[in-house]
Amino acid sequence: MTTAPAIEGWFTTGDPPALVGTRCRECGTVFFPREEAFCRNPGCAGEAFDEVELSRRGRVWSYTDARYQPPPPYVPASDPYEPFALAAVSLEAEGLVVLGQVASGFGVADLKVGDEVELVVEPLYTDDDGTVRTTWRWRPV
Amino acid sequence: MNDDVAVVGVGMHPWGKWGRPFRSYGVHAAREALADAGLDWSDVQLMVGGETVRNGYAGYVAGATFAQALGWNGARVATAYAACATGAQALDVARARILAGMCDVALVVGADTTPKGFLAPNAGERWDDPDWLRFRLLGMTNPAYFALYARRRMDLYGATVEDFAAVKVKNARHGLANPRARYRKAVTAEEVAASPVVADPLRLLDICATSDGGAAVVLTSASFARSRGLSSLRLRAVATVTPTFPNTVIEMPNFATDSTVAVAPGELTFRDSIAHAAYEEAGLGPEDVSLAEVYDLSTALELDWYENIGLCKPGDAEGLLRSGDTALGGRVPVNPSGGLACFGEAVPAQALAQVCEVAWQLWGRAEGRQVEGATVGITANQGLFGHGSSVVLSV
Repeated sequence: MTTAPAIEGWFTTGDPPALVGTRCRECGTVFFPREEAFCRNPGCAGEAFDEVELSRRGRVWSYTDARYQPPPPYVPASDPYEPFALAAVSLEAEGLVVLGQVASGFGVADLKVGDEVELVVEPLYTDDDGTVRTTWRWRPV
Repeated sequence: MNDDVAVVGVGMHPWGKWGRPFRSYGVHAAREALADAGLDWSDVQLMVGGETVRNGYAGYVAGATFAQALGWNGARVATAYAACATGAQALDVARARILAGMCDVALVVGADTTPKGFLAPNAGERWDDPDWLRFRLLGMTNPAYFALYARRRMDLYGATVEDFAAVKVKNARHGLANPRARYRKAVTAEEVAASPVVADPLRLLDICATSDGGAAVVLTSASFARSRGLSSLRLRAVATVTPTFPNTVIEMPNFATDSTVAVAPGELTFRDSIAHAAYEEAGLGPEDVSLAEVYDLSTALELDWYENIGLCKPGDAEGLLRSGDTALGGRVPVNPSGGLACFGEAVPAQALAQVCEVAWQLWGRAEGRQVEGATVGITANQGLFGHGSSVVLSV
């Protein structure tokens, strides 16, 4: 069984894993998903970026769940469908709020605004060819 | 300068799930608006259509589709798309041409035929399209974003699911007598509480449906309206501002906010800035408003809008709702039409439908839901990809 990220270049899969963004060399603005062409700070002419790993821990800005199976291109992980939770997480050092699913086994009852969570990588779905596609998720600390 | 454009007629095809081509709703609305204005299609010098992205090529060139269906009359044509703000942007195109002296009479039309269920992205694999990726990588539907905002109100301001249900109960009551509303049925708090959770804490009856519908507005120069003796309202503002960097509220279809590392966020959120720009353009303020039509994609989002359009301070929306101020008969009724709760969303028509309701209210023709003595009305909405709009009309 092979395992591969559901999307290339958005997160690392080592231990511990991290989200990967970019930082403008001129103004320091951080981008996730990565921005590699032109800095989006309107006061900055930057066109050069460094790849950066984002903070692995953050605090919950808000959260919800998906009780009904989302429409395609979402690929359900199981049949019958099992609901999952979602969190928007504030990363202080980067000044960003980043969305992610919540780690398997945790639901909205395990979360509150302001709670600390950490990044994990878990299976998202299985490809037609049997490859397990992984994604980043937030796990309550 | 903003007094130089007049709203002289409005029309709508009732909202529903009719399953007919979108152009048929648009033409129905257009004919009703022209009749309302006392003008003929042959008087129209500019047709502006609101684009629909779910109805093939005819939808991409909606302005021309409506013009052809009404019978080619040689009018100039334009089509605008701005997600949920599409209708307002189309209105803005028409207003700009009139203000520039390029035409005197413009017809603005938006209509949509929608699929069942969650609004989903167009088909195909698009790994560079955030609207596709948010479904693929997160399963993040539109209601999930609304739910994030709702939960935040609960944890920050002490909002309750009972408050959210009260918004639905209010709007359902408002829409009871509205002949264009899709849902004309009283709803109880118990019924909201008994509906299934879609995206915690929002239940099915907290979230608006998607609908078919069509709306149209006829604009003219003030001098034309006077010369024909038309009954007119003043189009005081059409704000279609984009966010200001860094936008610190997570929005559809994004994965993250802008970073605040290099630039500190401003005082106004994006939603605040939409109404702020409209008030500034109109030379009016929240204290002048008789009624508001705001985008209640969810019940909780209506509460956000109370604050965004300046009816109260952040955190006070629940109090305003509970006091009855935003119900018909209250100080400043919100969504007297019944709002999206009673209509469901027909994307390119919705911002125009809001304008239609404000017009009927200001003309005193909102039978069964009239805000007595209404003189100023504001609309507000927000859509994905940094779109939003606010329109102000006055007598």
